[in-house]
Amino acid sequence: MSDEALKSTPLTAAHRELGGRMVAFAGYSMPVQYPRGILKEHLWTREKAGAFDVSHMGPAFLELTARSGDREADHRAVAALAEARVCGDIAGLAPGQLRYTLLLNADGGIADDLMIGRPLSPGRQGMLYIVVNAATKDADFAALASAAGDRARLIRADDRALIALQGPAAADVLFDVLPRAADLRFMTFDRIEYQGHALIVSRSGYTGEDGFEILVPAMIAARFWKRLLADDRVAPIGLGARDSLRLEAGLPLYGHDLDETVSPIEANLAFAVSRRRRREGGFPGAARLARELAKGTARVRVGLKVLDGAPAREGAVITDETGSTVGAVTSGGFSPCLGAPIAMGFVPPPLSAPGTRLNVVVRGRLQAADVTALPFVPHRYRRAVRA
Amino acid sequence: MRFTKDHEWVELAGDTATIGITVYAAEQLGDVVFVELPAAGKAVKPGDALAVVESVKAASDVFAPIGGEVTAANDALSGAPQTVNEAPEAAGWFVKLKVADAAEVDALMDRAAYDAFLKTL
Repeated sequence: MSDEALKSTPLTAAHRELGGRMVAFAGYSMPVQYPRGILKEHLWTREKAGAFDVSHMGPAFLELTARSGDREADHRAVAALAEARVCGDIAGLAPGQLRYTLLLNADGGIADDLMIGRPLSPGRQGMLYIVVNAATKDADFAALASAAGDRARLIRADDRALIALQGPAAADVLFDVLPRAADLRFMTFDRIEYQGHALIVSRSGYTGEDGFEILVPAMIAARFWKRLLADDRVAPIGLGARDSLRLEAGLPLYGHDLDETVSPIEANLAFAVSRRRRREGGFPGAARLARELAKGTARVRVGLKVLDGAPAREGAVITDETGSTVGAVTSGGFSPCLGAPIAMGFVPPPLSAPGTRLNVVVRGRLQAADVTALPFVPHRYRRAVRA
Repeated sequence: MRFTKDHEWVELAGDTATIGITVYAAEQLGDVVFVELPAAGKAVKPGDALAVVESVKAASDVFAPIGGEVTAANDALSGAPQTVNEAPEAAGWFVKLKVADAAEVDALMDRAAYDAFLKTL
């Protein structure tokens, strides 16, 4: 694809000014790194705060066409439309709550992983805030719109900027800019005004750090981005470090660790299927999910710490101690925090206990690797408001 | 010092050539986290895979710019791969080769030609 065919985000010009190295990603021109480099960007995010442009992702709203005015009934009605396609408990969301969930195909494979939230405001019930992955967004939006039929409309918001601010200093930085964000705890969101414009601010992210994701109208996106970067605790961080941060955090990446063949149970994401949804079913692949919960699976996602040698990248074969192939790496690289190669991949459940010694094959050589509990680097989410 | 379009450098002393990657290559790769080097005694022809250099993001092959026999690898890189970023055209060297044909070195670009080549990228 030529550069001309790539889509830009409201922040593309800002990235070029910062010296971002632009690459094609999911049809967008995105910064893979800035002059500081991936390693330093990664460590900066773990120590201070990193600002990421994730505008290539797919924010949207699913809104009832006709609301009854009964807030609970309206929420249940729009939640039921989403629950026809995802396995998470959407009806059970509290006002202002955000949840990680999975869009499933008819075979119970994962069509995408996504966030769905219920607005806090009493006046906005009967609406859901949805953020899906970049590469899958057109298909996801089509699936959700078709599930909604004429009862709700899907309103894309991917013409806006989506900015993630992540790291231990993210909260203090953002509270200076948006004091009302101090009311948010992990996995909640709200609509907050900035200079007369409505932002949607969630306390969430994909780095394992405390942080926020902020949906910003395109016309003020560059101004808001520059306001964040004006704080000397904040550095711009590219997609390269975003990938190494989420890998250390043990978070699966769609299209790599998750795809249409992988079930929620195989992906070790059973937490994303609530008790009520397991009992009631009513989503694509519910039968496979029930069967796998009862009888287990042939493979499961695990973390691997490579004890010596080169990073094992996506596609590297995993063997047992005798050298027999038992699985493959689905994402892997170098952990800047651990100073060692780490990976995620799928192995048979009998080989999935932390401490199990396996091998990864890199350029024909077996390198010892131990199954390791995820995350590799502890999460530091803020589940309580203010400490 | 001579250079290739693949951004390797070769410095010949007697019949031994020291080989590494250029400042430009190191900048393009970003932070080097692992270097895989051949064992002494390995014979290579021009274009053969000689080494693999890994950044946080990806693995890249380094091809032999000339033929010969590997006499030494820079073992210091295994404990300090960042040397490739810090001093790519000095302490960050990869291998030493006993050169089969010194004319292969002469055929490579000199510094001025390489600098001119970089301007075309």
